[in-house]
Amino acid sequence: MDQLLQHLLNTLILGGTYALLGIGLTLIFGIMKVVNFTHGELYAFGAYMMFFFAMVLGLDFFATLVIAVILGVALGALIEITLLRPLRGANIDTTMLVMIGAWIVMQNTEQLVWSGIAKSINTPFPVEPLVLGPVSVSWVRVFVFVVAVLLILGAQLLIHRTKLGKAMRATFQDRDTAALMGVNINFVYTATFALGSGLAAAAGALLGPVFVVTPTMGNLAALKAFAIVILGGLGNIKGATIGGFILAFVEEMGAGYVSSGYRDAMGFLLIIIVLLFKPTGLFARAERIG
Amino acid sequence: MKTALLCLWLAVLLTVPLWLTDLYFLHILITTGIFTIAAMSLNLLLGFTGQLSLGHVAFFGIGAYTSALLSLGFDLQLTESYRFAVAPKPVWLAFLAGIVVAGFFGWVIGRISFKVRGAYFVIVTISFAEVVRLVALNWVDLTEGPMALSAIPPFTFGIPGLWEETIYKKQPNYYLVLGVAILSYLVIRRLVLSRVGRAMIALRENEPLATSVGIDVTRYLILAAVVSAAIAGAAGGLYAHYVRIIDPDIFLFIYTVTMVIMVITGGKGTLAGPIVGGLIFGILPVVLRSFAGPEIQWIIYGAFMILIVFFLPDGIVPAIRSWWEGRVGPLAEPEPAELSNARPAERQAE
Repeated sequence: MDQLLQHLLNTLILGGTYALLGIGLTLIFGIMKVVNFTHGELYAFGAYMMFFFAMVLGLDFFATLVIAVILGVALGALIEITLLRPLRGANIDTTMLVMIGAWIVMQNTEQLVWSGIAKSINTPFPVEPLVLGPVSVSWVRVFVFVVAVLLILGAQLLIHRTKLGKAMRATFQDRDTAALMGVNINFVYTATFALGSGLAAAAGALLGPVFVVTPTMGNLAALKAFAIVILGGLGNIKGATIGGFILAFVEEMGAGYVSSGYRDAMGFLLIIIVLLFKPTGLFARAERIG
Repeated sequence: MKTALLCLWLAVLLTVPLWLTDLYFLHILITTGIFTIAAMSLNLLLGFTGQLSLGHVAFFGIGAYTSALLSLGFDLQLTESYRFAVAPKPVWLAFLAGIVVAGFFGWVIGRISFKVRGAYFVIVTISFAEVVRLVALNWVDLTEGPMALSAIPPFTFGIPGLWEETIYKKQPNYYLVLGVAILSYLVIRRLVLSRVGRAMIALRENEPLATSVGIDVTRYLILAAVVSAAIAGAAGGLYAHYVRIIDPDIFLFIYTVTMVIMVITGGKGTLAGPIVGGLIFGILPVVLRSFAGPEIQWIIYGAFMILIVFFLPDGIVPAIRSWWEGRVGPLAEPEPAELSNARPAERQAE
């Protein structure tokens, strides 16, 4: 029973960052229809920026977090403007190939700049875990969870309550009509991609101090983000949030009660099963496939 | 003209080991050949049916593991009372079994993943390859996991009991790979120039229309997936018995990407495309490695891929073809992809 409680607590903490990754990707993949292979690299980028500013330059931990997210947003905007804008209207396979190319370039640049050796990031939090009756959790994970939840709520508000959010939703519902109504389409595309990228960088910056930072950390993160988006249904932000927690739950239970070696396989099996039986995702409204 | 070129090309390929005696270059040619076979098989799906399968390395790896395991033999304790043991089999039999098993998985995955299209299809195929990799990594009793399968026997030819020849040297390995490559090329060519190939291209160009004129889309897609997976499995088997050590890293996504780059650069949906792309990206590392580390090499590959998509979206072979036709006149035999090259505007509008 205690073990189960501990697993549930871990699910909650891990699920928060998975949800961040998933929301970022559901904006890009689900709404913009870009199969974004750079998503995992933005995640790794966030973690490396955290390492660079906090450990190399010695800046304050919390200030670094903000800088990492801002740089993630900027990098996302740069990718959108240079690679995706010229290809707007091209079919989905074409942009996907370009994104694969960008992914290879980014990952190997990371490897070149930071070397393959794993980096760890110190945090200002106490080492002793927070003990809640039979279960315990480290303080840094509590912090990660709180920030993740705040960011998720922030993204929700941005998309459903602001003018920019309304412009996004209008653009991706019907690009031409939105343009005729005076929405600046190019800005909306860039902003959406940048926002999604910023959320990925935030997830990386938050998880970097929890785990270690390696150049290939983005690969699994990207695949998991795809799993979350498919679970939740394309473009569905609430779905991606719940999908993040479901994936964390399945992984945690799979690792705890089946085999820890297959922890990462759980997500992929989940994708295959969901796509077989409910290809629109678990929480989708009626939506067309592919 | 075209026949003369083909003869010249074959003559060069056949005589390579006679004038190229440097073993390192021969090794490069053998591995290039193996990956070119894999790229040709991917092209059948990606180029002719238009389905971007990004889990293709799974079939390569399944072929490699099946062939290696059967030739080494294995002993599995499945349950308390049930043991499953296989004695070492001759290499050629293991190799054929690898092709069959890879083809079978192609059928299973085809059945599962052709229910969805586009981005979903891509994700299902990637997920499948990752699951297979994790199984190879974790099922240590069978695959030795990260410790790798080593001392895989090389190919043996001959008549049992009378005369047998085990090939350790590079030259016979080269001819073996060349033989399988030519055979694969002929199979793919036969397939895409037939009625089946026209059906595949029809559904690539316009699936609803193809369905409406009575083409059984799923059947042809699955047929393509099976043939494609079987050929990839053959490439994997060649790899296992040539390199003679395999570990779960052969399932890494980056190898699928290598195949995709080869196909896209050469020209997807053309018969010659993967061969041209395979040769370029097989030999490029030799040129680059004198001044660039592996990371720089990969960065160049990635940038190359972006540039190709931006500036030469149909690949090198169609570009050369149209340049040649502009200068000299039409080539005698149309490539099966001509259909699509004739109307680039419509493809853009998809």
